[in-house]
This record gives sequence, C-alpha cells and structure tokens, in this order.
Amino acid sequence: MKRIPLEYAILGIATVATIAVVHPARAQGAADTADKVKRGQYLVSTSACHDCHTPWKMGVKGPEPDMTRALSGHPEGMTLPPAPKLEGPWIMAAAATNTAWSGPWGVSFTANLTPDPETGLGKWTQRNFTETIRTGRHMGRGRLVLPPMPIPVYRNFTDADLEAIFSYLQTIPAIRNRVPEPLPPSASVAAAK
Amino acid sequence: MTPAAILAITLGAAATLAAAAPGSSIEPLPRQLSATGLFVPGSTRVEPTAVAFSPQYPLWSDGTRKRRWIQLPPGASIDASRADAWEFPVGTKLWKEFGYARAIETRLIERVADGSWRFAAYVWSADGQDAVLAPEDGAVVPVSEAPNGRYSVPGRGDCVACHEGSAVPVLGFTALQLSPDRDPLAPHADAKRAGLPDLRTLAASGVLRGLPVELLSHPPRIEAPTPTARAALGYLHGNCGHCHNAGGALNGLELVLAQQAERGAHSAERTLASLLGHSSRFRPHGSEATQRIAADHGGSVLTLRMKTDNPLARMPPLGVQVVDTAGVALIERWIANDLQPALSTFQETSR
Repeated sequence: MKRIPLEYAILGIATVATIAVVHPARAQGAADTADKVKRGQYLVSTSACHDCHTPWKMGVKGPEPDMTRALSGHPEGMTLPPAPKLEGPWIMAAAATNTAWSGPWGVSFTANLTPDPETGLGKWTQRNFTETIRTGRHMGRGRLVLPPMPIPVYRNFTDADLEAIFSYLQTIPAIRNRVPEPLPPSASVAAAK
Repeated sequence: MTPAAILAITLGAAATLAAAAPGSSIEPLPRQLSATGLFVPGSTRVEPTAVAFSPQYPLWSDGTRKRRWIQLPPGASIDASRADAWEFPVGTKLWKEFGYARAIETRLIERVADGSWRFAAYVWSADGQDAVLAPEDGAVVPVSEAPNGRYSVPGRGDCVACHEGSAVPVLGFTALQLSPDRDPLAPHADAKRAGLPDLRTLAASGVLRGLPVELLSHPPRIEAPTPTARAALGYLHGNCGHCHNAGGALNGLELVLAQQAERGAHSAERTLASLLGHSSRFRPHGSEATQRIAADHGGSVLTLRMKTDNPLARMPPLGVQVVDTAGVALIERWIANDLQPALSTFQETSR
C-alpha cells in the first residue's frame, strides 16, 4: 500500500479541522445530509421497497433479492409469456422476479429507482418523488401508479421521510435498465416484453 | 338504481368538504354553485361582474361544450407586469362550465386570503337548477353523451396535477391566450365575437395593470414560419404546456411545449429544440418508435401517445378519454409538412 507522507496527512487533518471550525454550518450540513441518507436507507429497507423493486432470483436457500440489481426494477431483457388467466377469488399473479404483476389493472412492472438519468430517477427532483407518492400519479402529473405499489400506505410518510428516502435513492449505484411501460387490461393477455 | 339516486349518493359525500380546516380564517367552500358568486341571487343568470372569456388555444375536453368566466374583487386588478406570470388579486374567482346538451359540471378556482389557490367542482342537477359541490376525490356521473355514459368529475388532486404544473394556476386567462391576434387555425376555439375581452380591452378597462406596452402594440403571437406551425405550437401549448414547460415540476424531462407571450420566437425555438433529435423516455408497446418526433410516419411518440386508446399511455393523462382527431391531424400535418427538412437532417446525422 502506498504510504501518505506525514506532512500531507497533517495538512489533510488540518484542512478538515479548519473547515469544521471556520465553516461549522457546512460541516453540520454534511452531517445532516449523511443522517438523512442513513434514515432513507433505513426506511427503504424496512418499507419493503426491495420486495418489488429489486428482482428476485433463486438462491441456495430459496428466492432472494438479487442485490447486484438492487432497486433497478423489472429487468428490461426479461421476456414474459402472457399473464395467466385467473378465476374466482384469485385476481393477481406475480412473476418469479416479483417485478411484474398482473391483475384487473393490466400488467405493471416495477420502476427503476436507481439514479440512472435515462431509465431511473436520475433526472427526478425531490418534488417529483414526493408528488408521485402523495398523488399516486407518475411524477405527480402523469398516469396512475399501479398496484401493487402501496400508495395508500406510503402517502402517510412525512415530507421528511420522503426527503430521506429520495436522498438515499440518489446515492445508490445507478443501473441502466429501461423498465417496460405497463400494459392495459385488454393487452395483458398478450406477451409482454 | 336511478341515475338521480346515484348522483345523490355520490354527492352526499361532499358534505365533509364543506367544513373549514380548524383554525382557518378562510370560508369553507359553498355547498352550492349558486353560493359561489357566479349567479345573480335566486337565478342561474350570470352576474355582470363575472366576465366571460375564451382562450384562443382551448384544452380538448372530449368534445364538451365549455364556458368560462372570471371575477375580480371590486376595484381590484391583475398585475400583468410579468407577461407570462400574471399576479391575480386575492379573491379572484374563475369558473369553467362543461356540458353537452345541458351543463354537467362547473369548476371553480379561487385565490383565497392566504394567497393560495383552491379548486372545486360542482355537479349540476338534471333540472339545471343548481350544482352541488363534488367530493374531494371526484365523482363519476351518468351522462348519456359522455364516453361509455360515464362523465368523470375531477378530484382536487386532479385539478392540482394540471393547474399547479406551471408558474400560475390560471391557464386560460393569460396574455397569449387572450391576444387579440387570434389564431384562425386553432382547433376547437370559439369564434372571435364582440364582447369577449382581449388584452387591449382588459388593459383599457383597468383590469390589467403593468402590461408591457409592446404587447399592446404588437399583441402576443406564436412566432412560426407557417400558419400550420403556429396552430400546432398553440395546440401543444394549450393541451400540454401546463405540465411540459420550462419552469414547472416536470422541468427535468427537458420537454418544453409551453409558449410565452414575451420572447415568442425564443419559446417556439425552444419547443422545437426539445422535440427534434430527442429520444423519448417513454417506449410504447407494439411500436418501434423511440423519438419524440420522427421523420417516418407513425414513428413519433408524441402523436402515438395522443392517439392511443390505452389509458396508461395516453396524453394528456387526465381529462381525456376521446382522441382529439382534429388535434392529432394538425400535429401530424405539421410534422409531415413543416418539420420534414429538420427531421431529415437529424436522421442523416444520427446514421
């Protein structure tokens, strides 16, 4: 391992200490951001986000989330056969990845929550995210967010919670994965790519 | 169950809306439209203080017949010094009536004491005597002329989704929409008629103050090379620009379909720059279309989303169930006739 010269190390420590002393607000801001991201990670991991937004795979102990594709949504390249026709009280079906769901609303595919700018939330703002959860509409203005996304539950998050969640999501690795658009009920019997 | 009974049950839930928030100094929304100030008391005759107006680029609303009015508090005026972001006084009310053979619904936008805007919808009784406040989450009313016989009254969240997507929630009463230089090719626009206010009459009457004088000598007009291009840009402004604009919540999409009264040429160029040569984030099923606007017929995501019967893909996503064939035809004509040279250039450079 390459050693850092002692004088550089002292200079670095002194610089950090100076920033903390001279710019306490900035240091406090960085600490607040870190706390917010940490809380966001906690909320994401306890609010079942990975259950649907991270594709599941078959592990040695059974189904498990594929964390190499964490929160990247329904895999773009996955070809699905037509959704099964259900009867009686059975109204929903899910793909083994837990990222594609069929029901009376059609077929929904879970979104890419990573900060990839073209296929994920990279160009979203906090406002876009908060309004999506509050309104149940894509970016607060577009189409309805479909089941099984638990909008009625998540809209009870506080603004601070949603800021923490979005802040955390912006820090995770960006994964380029263009999730298909949802299919309406009439088309859900057709194969979905 | 009769339609009247369904309507009664649906509207019964509205009662909870009439209660004011605890500690609020703002009067609760009236239960009846007749109590909002639109009508001469005891009648459905519109108050003389409520002024009818007609935007030159109206929103397509499934072919409904629409009427609109604005009312300012006595002696108040609109600060029009920012030509594209008018400041309306507290107490401003705007109504918009939707109907077929008869009035079905009247929506109200009101600027209240704290400076915020509130939104409400009132559903007319079949006998046309009055309209009742709709529930906050909207309602579905049986109407034979409506698509599938079901007329959707928007919820408050639906109102906000469109009206709070741009600088000012008032979308139809703006400098461009009220220009005396009206676009004769604008689809579904009311014919220009005497008595309807425009920028000049509003400025002369004192309703507008501070309006930049150049907008009186040279009324706002979308700067476009052909009449078709002008109408197409106007159509996109009226139907899409309230969400897809430069300063609103969807700014990150970098799709600007709103036009400005000031710097008209700039805003038209900006719209073209955001459409041409841009791939679409949205990829429709059953199509190879990837570009917002493409040279090949049928390859534009913009028109595919206007034409689709898929409610999960349709644009606009709210308030539309019937494809606007006139609007689609205009945009397709614009792409085919006006944009081909530019699109060919993009196609060549992308090879």
